[in-house]
Amino acid sequence: MSEKVLMKGNEAIAEAAIRSGCRYYLGYPITPQTEIAAYMAKRMPKIGGTFLQAESEISAINMVYGVACSGKRCMTSSSSPGISLKCEGLSYLAACDLPSVIVNVQRGGPGLGGIQPSQSDYFQATKGSGHGDFRMIVLAPSSVQEMADLTSLAFDLADKHRMPSMILADGTIGQMMEPVELSDTMHETHYEKPWACTGTNLKREHNIINSLILKPEILEQLNIERYKKYEVVEKEEVRYEEFMMDDAEICIVAFGIASRVSKSAIVEARKQGIKVGLIRPITLWPFPSEPIKAAADKVKSFISVELSMGQLIYDVQLAEECRKPVYLCSRVGGMIVSPDYVLNKIVEVNNLGGEN
Amino acid sequence: MFESKRITLFAGHYGSGKTNITVNWAKYLKDQGKRVSVADIDIVNPYFRAKDSEEDFKHWGIKLISSRYANSNVDFPALPEDLYSIVDDKSYCSVIDVGGDDRGAYALGRYVNEILTENNYEFLLVINKYRPLTQNADSTIEVMREIETACRMKFTSIVNNSNLGRDTTCQTVLDSLPYAFEISQKTGLPIKMTTIEKSLYNQLNGKINGLFCLTLQNKPV
Repeated sequence: MSEKVLMKGNEAIAEAAIRSGCRYYLGYPITPQTEIAAYMAKRMPKIGGTFLQAESEISAINMVYGVACSGKRCMTSSSSPGISLKCEGLSYLAACDLPSVIVNVQRGGPGLGGIQPSQSDYFQATKGSGHGDFRMIVLAPSSVQEMADLTSLAFDLADKHRMPSMILADGTIGQMMEPVELSDTMHETHYEKPWACTGTNLKREHNIINSLILKPEILEQLNIERYKKYEVVEKEEVRYEEFMMDDAEICIVAFGIASRVSKSAIVEARKQGIKVGLIRPITLWPFPSEPIKAAADKVKSFISVELSMGQLIYDVQLAEECRKPVYLCSRVGGMIVSPDYVLNKIVEVNNLGGEN
Repeated sequence: MFESKRITLFAGHYGSGKTNITVNWAKYLKDQGKRVSVADIDIVNPYFRAKDSEEDFKHWGIKLISSRYANSNVDFPALPEDLYSIVDDKSYCSVIDVGGDDRGAYALGRYVNEILTENNYEFLLVINKYRPLTQNADSTIEVMREIETACRMKFTSIVNNSNLGRDTTCQTVLDSLPYAFEISQKTGLPIKMTTIEKSLYNQLNGKINGLFCLTLQNKPV
């Protein structure tokens, strides 16, 4: 059984988190994600949960660090400049192998940038969300429904692999309203957490959660162990969608709002007889390298459609091992690619016929 | 034909559809030959503002009063400086788009004395059964009371805008009628109109009193 409601993307994240057992939301308002905090502020007190507006983003992420140590499901959310402030905390969460969910509803940057949508935190989310060697699971929703579904998944993956996971959305998906089915089956999956600091009751040795490792030999070993875990995640957790790829000669790679616009452009291009398809990464890390590599055997060229100056494009080139040209189609600063804008690029690339 | 007052104000829960109805109502008044101004006093929503319809308003000859920061890259909850014209210039029919919930309605407070004194207004509560925080009459009435407290003005009637976006069917609207009726009973407010998207209008015309056709819809990406 499920009920259909009309929601904003940000609200869908908040409601899905609650239904997935999150009872601790620690946040700080910033446009365009403030609805998450507002929704949590209304709902949490009514269900015995905790909504806490911290005095800053740094404070909020460190409260997440604290709650996560107890093994309870917890979440924070922000938008681009606020996520930069949280990066130190993300490194600590990863260093301590703590499950937690962090939401980034991206806006234009760098700096304060602006409040309109963007995807320019791709590098930050997938490569450099703090100091040290670590990874986060990064999920990229492209509809309000996926805002709900992937939030629920983010909690499960975080618990399953004992690591922070991020929802990398953008202002458009956060603000747009669409019908959503909230599944009654969305609930907290139980994971054993023998590492959690919940009190020993004098029945076991106490747990210590700490990221300061005094001996370099041990710190090295811990890093190696953590990367073995990441190998498992890369093997098991890749998610992507293919759209009209069967006979495609041009492959668009795009995620989030850019992938939606791309689909409209692809449908138009097909009417003109251009064989173009889409690979949409749903997990940005682990990245769907295999299907892109496989596509390189069939297509003449790739187009990376993104709301950044060219970040996703590097992972596309790595995945297809630079065998076919990859073209960039992007807008930045809070501007969004339109279907026509992407269509023009498809036509242009088609005319090049795979030549560099 | 719907009766109208000199000032029409739309308020309600966040995301209940106020902006969309504002745009459609302004066009409706304009089509009757009235001088119309639209005032966007939403200080809550960063995107999807009345200003999105700026070009249309210009084309129809409707005056738009909107913050210069609406839809810009900054986040100022600022009100437009010429907003007082909605109470000063009585040659216009003014349609006012109030921000969502009580926090959006605070902005209205400073104009309430003038609006009440002139006493030629309608204050419409926009409701949508399919929004998760206003799915039943009691939760909707709770939001309504919060708004009234924030802006110090009482609603005069109800707009039933129950819809599921692109998934809206005639049944979606029909299923919402008991909900709207219950709110009307409990608050004593009449239901002024039930909205319906243009493509479904003919199917429901004659079946629901006060059916208001929404010819203009903001399209999602």
